[in-house]
Amino acid sequence: MSSAPLLETRGLTVRFGAVVAVNKVSVRIDRGDVVGLIGTNGAGKTTFLNMVTGYLRPTGGEILLEGRSTLGRSPRELVAHGMARSFQVPQLFPAMTVREHLLFALALADGSAGALLKPLHSAQRQARADEVLGRFGLQAIGERPVNLVPQGQRKLIDIAMALSLKPRLLLLDEPTSGVSSAEKMPLMEVVFDVIRASGVTVLFVEHDMDVVRRYVTRILAFRDGSMIADGAPGDVMRDAQVASAVLRGRAPAALAKAGAA
Amino acid sequence: MSTLLTILIDGLIYGAWLFLVAAGLTLIFGVMKVLNIAHGNLYAIGAYVAATAMGYWFADRPPSFAAFAIQLGTAVVAGTALGLALDRGVLRRLRGRDEVSLALATYALLLVLDDVIQFIWGTSAYPASAPYGLLGSSEINGLRFNNYEFVLLAAAAAVGLLLWWLLQRTRTGRCLAAIIRDPEMSGAMGIDVERLYLATFMLGAVLAALGGALTAPMIQVAPGLGAEVIVVTFAVIVIGGMGSIPGAAVGALVVGLARAATIHLFPFAEVFIVYAVMALVLAVRPEGLFPQAALRKI
Amino acid sequence: MNSLRRTDASLLGLLAVLCAAAFIAPSWLMSLLAVALAKGLVALGLLLLLRAGLVPFGHALYYCLGGYVAGLGTPWLGIRDTLLLLALASLLSGAVAFAAGFLMRRYRGIFFAMLSMALSMILYGVLLKSQSLGSSDGFTVARASFFAMQTAGVGAIRSVYLLTAVVTLLAAWGVSRYLTTAMGHVGPAIRENEVRVEYLGCSPSRVIHREYTASGALAGGAGALVAILVGQVDPGMGFWMTSGEFVFIAILAGAGGIWGSLAAAFVLEGIHALAFEYAPQYWKFVLGATLLLLIVRFPSGLSSMLANRAGARS
Repeated sequence: MSSAPLLETRGLTVRFGAVVAVNKVSVRIDRGDVVGLIGTNGAGKTTFLNMVTGYLRPTGGEILLEGRSTLGRSPRELVAHGMARSFQVPQLFPAMTVREHLLFALALADGSAGALLKPLHSAQRQARADEVLGRFGLQAIGERPVNLVPQGQRKLIDIAMALSLKPRLLLLDEPTSGVSSAEKMPLMEVVFDVIRASGVTVLFVEHDMDVVRRYVTRILAFRDGSMIADGAPGDVMRDAQVASAVLRGRAPAALAKAGAA
Repeated sequence: MSTLLTILIDGLIYGAWLFLVAAGLTLIFGVMKVLNIAHGNLYAIGAYVAATAMGYWFADRPPSFAAFAIQLGTAVVAGTALGLALDRGVLRRLRGRDEVSLALATYALLLVLDDVIQFIWGTSAYPASAPYGLLGSSEINGLRFNNYEFVLLAAAAAVGLLLWWLLQRTRTGRCLAAIIRDPEMSGAMGIDVERLYLATFMLGAVLAALGGALTAPMIQVAPGLGAEVIVVTFAVIVIGGMGSIPGAAVGALVVGLARAATIHLFPFAEVFIVYAVMALVLAVRPEGLFPQAALRKI
Repeated sequence: MNSLRRTDASLLGLLAVLCAAAFIAPSWLMSLLAVALAKGLVALGLLLLLRAGLVPFGHALYYCLGGYVAGLGTPWLGIRDTLLLLALASLLSGAVAFAAGFLMRRYRGIFFAMLSMALSMILYGVLLKSQSLGSSDGFTVARASFFAMQTAGVGAIRSVYLLTAVVTLLAAWGVSRYLTTAMGHVGPAIRENEVRVEYLGCSPSRVIHREYTASGALAGGAGALVAILVGQVDPGMGFWMTSGEFVFIAILAGAGGIWGSLAAAFVLEGIHALAFEYAPQYWKFVLGATLLLLIVRFPSGLSSMLANRAGARS
């Protein structure tokens, strides 16, 4: 296993006029990591994600995916190099059914002219789509137009499409936002079952500390555009700066418990 | 460099003309998100009405400065009437629709108005030369310029100032700025959005008609007047950033100078130059020179 | 799949009917049908772009190009065979569309629409000014000739009519197949959520470029067929008025797939024929008013085709 990081940013910065949304963030993510990105609203987490995934152009710094710079590369190129993402607001196709989303993603994942010129609903692809629907617990709503699907399942479809691309690096933007507290954990269980089976490296933005604690091997904490902590969950959660900036209002007992986890 | 001076003056005059027509188009788009493809027809109708009115007035009278009053008057009347008819009759039923549907509607209006013009004025040309010789001519650098052309410059400057004052210094202007940002919110805050939409469209129509009325003495007022105008005007507002009035001014100037330079130096390129400039600007700044801020989508 | 077989059968059936009609229909009807079919051919190409939310306001550019190529093929290149001229016209129009596609593929919405219009105005301007091409009068085109057999009179009309029917229905079959493929679904996906398409590893621009090129080739072929049928070309073929007819067909066709496009073309020519009877001077008015009616009265059909609905509001 090579020691080169899967993803690395060096001094990554972006400015919008006078506002520095992301300020010299340097991070290393290795293969197999499951990294949680925490911070309050406006701390720059999604902006960071948008730069790493090629949606936003940084004003300074570098991004290296498997050692190669991603600056100037389009999202499409990054996907071809093994990156995939989901979105804070699930980005779906209103007129397609749930099943069609997966068929479409599987066809595009293949990407070859042969795959693209085969009918969308080919028998072979249907079988694979059924398999994915099954793993995500979406079989029951396969034929439903995605407009009529509740938020939790929309999130799952969004993530399922990203995973269909068989990425090496998966980025999830607030996978449980907008989902009721009762559904959060079951949703993440389903997602991480698939993630563990595929061995993909994950970076996800999340506000719910329970979710973060349960799945990550590492935490990055953002505040006002800068990264203020990077390390094992216990260490980061106990860090005083992080406590005041991100974990406001948490009782010390809970923190200690988090530290011990 | 007398050629340079000529290009400069020609460019300024053509730019002034472009701004006169483009200002209304970009204003309407900025506020209503409607790309008024029928804008050229409003310009043409302005020219026809002015030409007809001047034809009547000067049938037995010698040319006089009353011509300018007629031009201004007919432009205001025609523009207001047309603006009212088109907004209330058509555009109001399409509020909130996507930009392409709105543009399609104005495209349909282009077709309709073209035949309306033909119906009313037929296919013959209407001379409107009354004011053209009024101001005499000047000689600059050995070249004669009819002073009427400088009227265009003055008109463009006046329109620019008027719009600046309107948008920056009046309450109406601030309301318009709010509507540009977010029509729904503006309505919720108590701004009479419908009335301002109507007012904006009427103002845009008046500006277009004024452009036509002022240009009438310089050209042949005949069928086909509107068609060429819309594409060039679109190029100007794209270059400047759609919805931006300062952008329209800069765009008009750039296109005006480019075209003047082409006519004097590379005449064969005249057909393409406007689009070449537009393509160049878009390649570097896809949203134009002064784009409206875009919201983050994901 | 069942519906595919049904489509194939229906197309074949329609072709049979149209061919049979060739032997009993009067020549004015064959001419009308041929023009309708040719415009249907243009509409099929436009269908691809429309599904992606793109409405080119100046597509008559390629139609006009095709007509001129077919017309010039004989005097300039000595080509008399109609099939060759058709192929040449489609190829050249397709090539121009391919070249223009590099620019057009980067734009959406009104930009795309107006750039398309600008391009057609440039061509129109060039043709209008060129004395050698007959300027505003255009020039005449030689009658159809197949494998060195020159046709004349009714035979000329009948042969072009049959050719047009075959070509159009073949194209309809091709497009219908294409629409079932994964690539055929990229267009609507682009309209609904282009960002997502990019993040699935597909280049929206490349797909649009391909579809734009194909639609240019189809329009060019249609222009050639009409030129040979009518025996005449002039710059008006590229004027925005002609584009307006195509836009009308596209809007009327809505989301109706290949049948919508074919039907809409026939409706257009029907209205055109009627207007010609009663108010030939005011065709623009009739077309524009009908288009307005469609846009105002049938928003859902249109909006579902054109509106960009990227996730945020839902």
